[in-house]
Amino acid sequence: MARTTDLDVGYVSKLARLNLSDEETALFQRQLADVLKYVEKLHEVDVSQVETAAHAVPMFNVFREDEPGPCFTPEEALANAPQKANQLFIVTKVVE
Amino acid sequence: MSRSDLPALTIADLQSFLRRKEVSPGEVIESLRAQIETVEPKIDAYLSMDFEAALKEAERIDVDLPLGGVPIAIKDLINVKGQPCTCGSKILGNYRSPYDATVIQRLRAAGAIPLGKTNMDEFAMGSSTENSSVKVTRNPWDLSRVPGGSSGGSAAAVAADAAFGALGTDTGGSIRQPASLSGVVGVKPSYGRVSRFGLTAFASSLDQVGPLTKTVCDAAMIMKAMAGHDPQDSTSLPDPVPDYTKNLGRNLKGVRLGIPKEYRVGGIDPQVSSAVNAAIKQLESLGAEIIHLSLPHTEYGISVYYLLATAEASANLARFDGVRYGYRANHPKDLLDHYGRTRGEGFGAEVKRRVILGTYVLSSGYYDAYYVRAQKVRELIRQDFVKAFEKVDAIISPTSPEPAFKLGERTANPLAMYLADIFTNTGNLAGICGISVPCGFAKVNGSQLPIGLQILGKALDEARIFQIAYAYEQSTDWHKARSPISLNSKSEIRSAK
Repeated sequence: MARTTDLDVGYVSKLARLNLSDEETALFQRQLADVLKYVEKLHEVDVSQVETAAHAVPMFNVFREDEPGPCFTPEEALANAPQKANQLFIVTKVVE
Repeated sequence: MSRSDLPALTIADLQSFLRRKEVSPGEVIESLRAQIETVEPKIDAYLSMDFEAALKEAERIDVDLPLGGVPIAIKDLINVKGQPCTCGSKILGNYRSPYDATVIQRLRAAGAIPLGKTNMDEFAMGSSTENSSVKVTRNPWDLSRVPGGSSGGSAAAVAADAAFGALGTDTGGSIRQPASLSGVVGVKPSYGRVSRFGLTAFASSLDQVGPLTKTVCDAAMIMKAMAGHDPQDSTSLPDPVPDYTKNLGRNLKGVRLGIPKEYRVGGIDPQVSSAVNAAIKQLESLGAEIIHLSLPHTEYGISVYYLLATAEASANLARFDGVRYGYRANHPKDLLDHYGRTRGEGFGAEVKRRVILGTYVLSSGYYDAYYVRAQKVRELIRQDFVKAFEKVDAIISPTSPEPAFKLGERTANPLAMYLADIFTNTGNLAGICGISVPCGFAKVNGSQLPIGLQILGKALDEARIFQIAYAYEQSTDWHKARSPISLNSKSEIRSAK
């Protein structure tokens, strides 16, 4: 298992698109090091014979008919938009 | 009884009054409003209330429906059309739900009236409701203590007669633990039993919606109304929903109850241990057979839970990007600045901490060491339960290792807060069902603090845990004890009959 000192909160916050203050970065670095140290105990468990399970109840290929159902009007879909105009979401510039 | 005493009733008793036309649904809502206005300044259980909408619905409600005319409080991460849904977060401060969650549609179809959204730890991350970005909810039994969490607003409201029943969500114990700490009944259904459509996702492989109520019977009634397959949730199970109230009253002859030796760990409050031991004796006297067994991977539960729940949360909370809804940072200079500041300014500390941990355990180079390994140990935990349920019908434990703790006592130490889930989160990892019922009180510095008994059942065996919980409840007086700020608080509490 990875060493807990590998965690670089500043770097991970960039991956997570989540700005942290310097104080938060230092605090989380310390607190999450404790958490990662605690979870090291998973290393004790022999998992060589275990198949990975993403869900407790295995379910595969859940299909339904592809039929149109009720959906939002443009007004409803835009009701919570932080910025909108002409029935569109106004977003921050994506391309130069 | 006088109108002002109505909020003290159980849902089952309220229905008798409604059906005999001794009281109208509108009068019920007015009486509840009065009680909410009395206790809210003390407990702060609610984030929003819309009495006018509820009164309007009450006008045309059919009281003969299964929950006809019964107001239900809703944890503020379940969408109720036209109402706020803040998830206890600043990032959804101005959000209004454009639709009803499936559980709300079903409760409405059964005649229930959604009334008020309850406080919670932000995005259900916490065990004390102190992580709410809005306010702190207080325990009705002792206002200097937490109600538990994350469904702390729902638990406190029911305990203070400020709700007849409430919905919560349980990802690692967030219904059962606050039910235990606040002295009410709380149910975590089996994974897939109740639709998650319209519930703001925290950890999608663990989340379930369930009821918090004054009695086991009330919980069974709400479960009956909302369980079942939903085409909108591909993980909901197609199995038919039994009548959960049907087994209530059946005796416990031949019922086998397991006591896992791993649940006798250090760190359990001695008053909690003795209350749970007394409850086990009581269940035995009701005819149940007690079987000692082992769930060998129990000690890894917290580790597995915090790796998987944070991994799933980091992915689920990526949707809060300030584009289509929610908070958006002012004047971003580019897209990265838009995302980083929107989320940095919108999320609270615990949410940030978990998103960072979850992102880390899913990141290249660490995915196998943390995420995949945790998934494998999760499977071993699930198999522990599968094996145990070959020998027993249900498993008994404390719900929480201790009674309600003081406000502010744990906030500086996230790991200590995480350990509050030690008896509950393996149930989520294994996808099984569980219930917490009041089983006594701890006396701490002059306060009476509720203790909860957890009964875990195998997947889709909710009828069985309702049967056991009901038999226990009816043979004791714990559920009759009401918090000091409830309407008919009984100062004297008798022990088991």
